[in-house]
Amino acid sequence: MQLRTFVWREMFERRNQLATSLLAILLGIAAIVSIKNVTFYSEKAVAGQLDALGTNILVLPKSATMQDYYSADMQDDVFPEEYVMRLTMSNLSGLDNLSPRLSTPVQLAGRTVTLTGILPKQEFQAKAAWQGAGIFARPENCGVAVDIPGAQPAKETLVRKRVIQTLEANEILVGADIAAAFGTKEGDSLGLLGKRFSVTAVLPETGTVDDSRIFAHLHTVQELTGKGPVVNAIEIVGCCNEISKGLVDKLNKLLPEAKVVTITQVVDTQVRTNRMMSHLSMVFLGIIVLVGGASIANYMYANVFERRREIGTLMAMGAESSVILRMFLLKALLLGLVGGIGGYALGTLLAVTLGSRLAGIPVLPMPVLVLWAMGLSLAIALAASYFPARRAARLDPCATLQET
Amino acid sequence: MLTLEAVSVTYNHRRQAVGALADVSLQIADGDFVSVVGPSGSGKSTLLLTLGGMLSPSAGRVLLDGESVYDLPSDQRARLRRKKLGFVFQTFNLVPYLTALENVQAPLFLAGLGDREQQERATSLLERVGLGDRLDHKPGELSVGQQQRVALARVLANDPAIILADEPTGNLDPDTAQQVIGFLEEFSREGRTLVMVTHDPQAARRARRKLSLRAGKIASEEQGAGEPRRGSSCG
Repeated sequence: MQLRTFVWREMFERRNQLATSLLAILLGIAAIVSIKNVTFYSEKAVAGQLDALGTNILVLPKSATMQDYYSADMQDDVFPEEYVMRLTMSNLSGLDNLSPRLSTPVQLAGRTVTLTGILPKQEFQAKAAWQGAGIFARPENCGVAVDIPGAQPAKETLVRKRVIQTLEANEILVGADIAAAFGTKEGDSLGLLGKRFSVTAVLPETGTVDDSRIFAHLHTVQELTGKGPVVNAIEIVGCCNEISKGLVDKLNKLLPEAKVVTITQVVDTQVRTNRMMSHLSMVFLGIIVLVGGASIANYMYANVFERRREIGTLMAMGAESSVILRMFLLKALLLGLVGGIGGYALGTLLAVTLGSRLAGIPVLPMPVLVLWAMGLSLAIALAASYFPARRAARLDPCATLQET
Repeated sequence: MLTLEAVSVTYNHRRQAVGALADVSLQIADGDFVSVVGPSGSGKSTLLLTLGGMLSPSAGRVLLDGESVYDLPSDQRARLRRKKLGFVFQTFNLVPYLTALENVQAPLFLAGLGDREQQERATSLLERVGLGDRLDHKPGELSVGQQQRVALARVLANDPAIILADEPTGNLDPDTAQQVIGFLEEFSREGRTLVMVTHDPQAARRARRKLSLRAGKIASEEQGAGEPRRGSSCG
């Protein structure tokens, strides 16, 4: 016989009384695990959606007005391309992707289309790395631009991330509407502003004005239009959390001659959702600590009261107070372990089945939460049981034995 | 040798001091068999608990083999009980969720014995009290007589030199009571010191010394019918 024999047999013998407090902690842990699990995947999904939406910050000339988000760069005013390097070299965190643009109307087979010059990421990324800048290191919990496994390769990333890794001087990307209108396909050759370009990709349809655009290298467009090293706009994919912490103000200070705007409602929604889920988690954490802890403490006090004669007998047989204390704490440990593992299993099951159905997103089990659930459950069970266990260890054996 | 030196026990009941033992002095030699009788509330059980290191006296000293029991810290007193003392209760006080075997194993576990040793010793003790075929029965599945026999096996587990029995036959029918007294006499013959509180005059007469308690004092002492004392051989 070992101490665990006492604990295990007693728990099994009085399992009905145990069930209530076990259920309290199990359901509490299950609730919080499922919320954390759904929250994680919900944030990821929102981040993915925002990522697919693209830019959430625009740097425009001071005089610009923003009538339409997708055609904000269709204006005559320009500002120096040097702003891009100023951003690149800054120590601002939360800037995910930068896309400087210069747009100009051009004629193509008797029809006016928009030629937009873009700067491949590789060019300023290389320079940033060379100069030791680190703006492409994404801060943790950044809400946007999460890489989606199996996402489009190469040139089509322009649609999703608003930037492209590489683009040669004689290469162009053609929007879906233009490709459809002119029957253009990959590998074709097009003449624009007196220069021959090779079509490296036809972009997928976006439903925006981008479908009616042709994208070429920024420096090529600057050269062909004779405008020099200027741009109409810089599109930025910013981290939503950082935006909420005042990234736009910091950008405005960095670029006082330009106008920095953000799609506030999109960012706010993301931040509000994250904040709400985080608060909900905290509320549940409070409830579980209170209800679960109170339930276990109540059960343990009742258990000590019910077993006082048994405790007195053990003391009469020579049990030291530490044995009695360990007996009750071991029971709490088992209760916490079962509550934690059971709560994790139930919470994960709820999250994967109900969570994905209610939130409309795929939710997968998160093994890391099992440690979290067990830690929390054990802490609550042990903390709630400590005082009842101490009371048991300090019982007056004589008083318990004199009761009839 | 168990010695009480001018022991008084008082406790508070509804803010009033109630005397349970009043200036009791007593010597119990090794191997003696003493019965304690007296009306309810005379202090019999208090005397037994005080002798057993379970109830600290308000005044006086309790000495066990010359050592003042209540000058020891409580955990050391618990170790002393484990080594030298055994209790038998009127209501048996078996742990309800443990089997007969496990109940007898309990003191052996507290003494730190290994599993196999615990099982062997507990089995032989239960066989000694005629319960070799009831090892896996829980107390609720045993008759009251069988339960008291499990308690007797349990008291012998750590081979105590002193057994303190509080009305061990109080809940038993006459035949079973006789059987239990027979076992206690057997334990006494082995040289153990026995102090038995009882209401049963017949059981009291089986001891060698009979103490009568009245209002917390030893009112009288007479010789019982028990066999003469033998030298201690246990503990």
